[in-house]
Amino acid sequence: MSGQLFAEACAVVTLLFMIELLRRRRLREKYVVLWIGVALVVLVGAFFPRLLDQVATVVGVTVPINLILFVGQLLLLVVCVQLSAEVSTLEQESQTLAEELALLRNRVERLERAAGAAPRPPSVADPDPSGRSPG
Amino acid sequence: MASLQDRRVLIVLPAWNEAESLPAILTEIRSHLPGVSALVVNDGSTDGTSALARQFDVEVLDLPFNLGVGGAMRAGFRYALAEGFDAVVQVDADGQHDPRDVPMLVEGLEQADVVIGARFAERDAYEVRGPRRWAMKVLAGVLSRLARTRLTDTTSGFRASGPRAIRLFAAHYPAEYLGDTIESLVIAVRSGLTVKQVGVAMRVRSAGRPSQHPVKAAVYLLRACLALGISLTRRSQIAVETEVAA
Repeated sequence: MSGQLFAEACAVVTLLFMIELLRRRRLREKYVVLWIGVALVVLVGAFFPRLLDQVATVVGVTVPINLILFVGQLLLLVVCVQLSAEVSTLEQESQTLAEELALLRNRVERLERAAGAAPRPPSVADPDPSGRSPG
Repeated sequence: MASLQDRRVLIVLPAWNEAESLPAILTEIRSHLPGVSALVVNDGSTDGTSALARQFDVEVLDLPFNLGVGGAMRAGFRYALAEGFDAVVQVDADGQHDPRDVPMLVEGLEQADVVIGARFAERDAYEVRGPRRWAMKVLAGVLSRLARTRLTDTTSGFRASGPRAIRLFAAHYPAEYLGDTIESLVIAVRSGLTVKQVGVAMRVRSAGRPSQHPVKAAVYLLRACLALGISLTRRSQIAVETEVAA
């Protein structure tokens, strides 16, 4: 099996895998678009290996493989930063939800008290399952 | 003392696993400050803090998991805003803040939107050394210039907030590391609120003291400076916050 055939097969499988993930709603569109883009670039590269040499010459990289490594690393960096940003947003959202929940819980308690409902054992918050500390 | 009656004051106690020290501080609040509302924000405790607080005549907010002091305080500010309180006084549940100083802090709200109970002002009984002290000095210097008033203890959690500060903090109280002390001051000043400090005596915590370990203190210094530096460069938020404060 020639190296090029192997590369082409890998690129096609990757592309199909991404589309399948998207189709099954395992990945949301905003995350999968990037990976489909990557898969497409790999696909083009696999079918036209000379393209890499030409691009490397244009941007002034002597050894074409270095271009691949550099671009690949850059891509991973961008993805990591993007995911960190998403996690930060999620944390903020979960903080707001936790606050809302606490406020609503307190409101229910006070309404129950005002309505003269029988005193129930306090609804103690669940132990923090993640066990993370603040800060 | 007049202003304690004039204002609807809410004492907010952020509590994370403070079952040991909470009863003492709540008893003190009840005996020294009768009639003042208190709110315990149980910050995801696992030691029965919530059940304990309910034995006292206080309201309790149960956060489902640990958010840190910033998150607990923002919940407290939102509660105060919803219930129409005019002043929020943050008192640590570990017992290092003396509830008898609360009236003095609230009185200070006549002249400023945020009043900090500073342990280095006048009544000193608390000593810190090394990098932690330098960090405090640097922070105090920068924030004093920013707030155009003398601030010596900017990381003190013992503080009172007036109505304008409550409105601002209910929406914009930072939950990051040290955000509840340093960055909240920066946000307040940037939004046109006034800050002042009054001297208070801090007591030894009922459980544990802040670490004096040099490495930990140095990490604290770096993180504090980072927190300050980053919050100082945040200009884009100010427009939004001024609207809230107005």
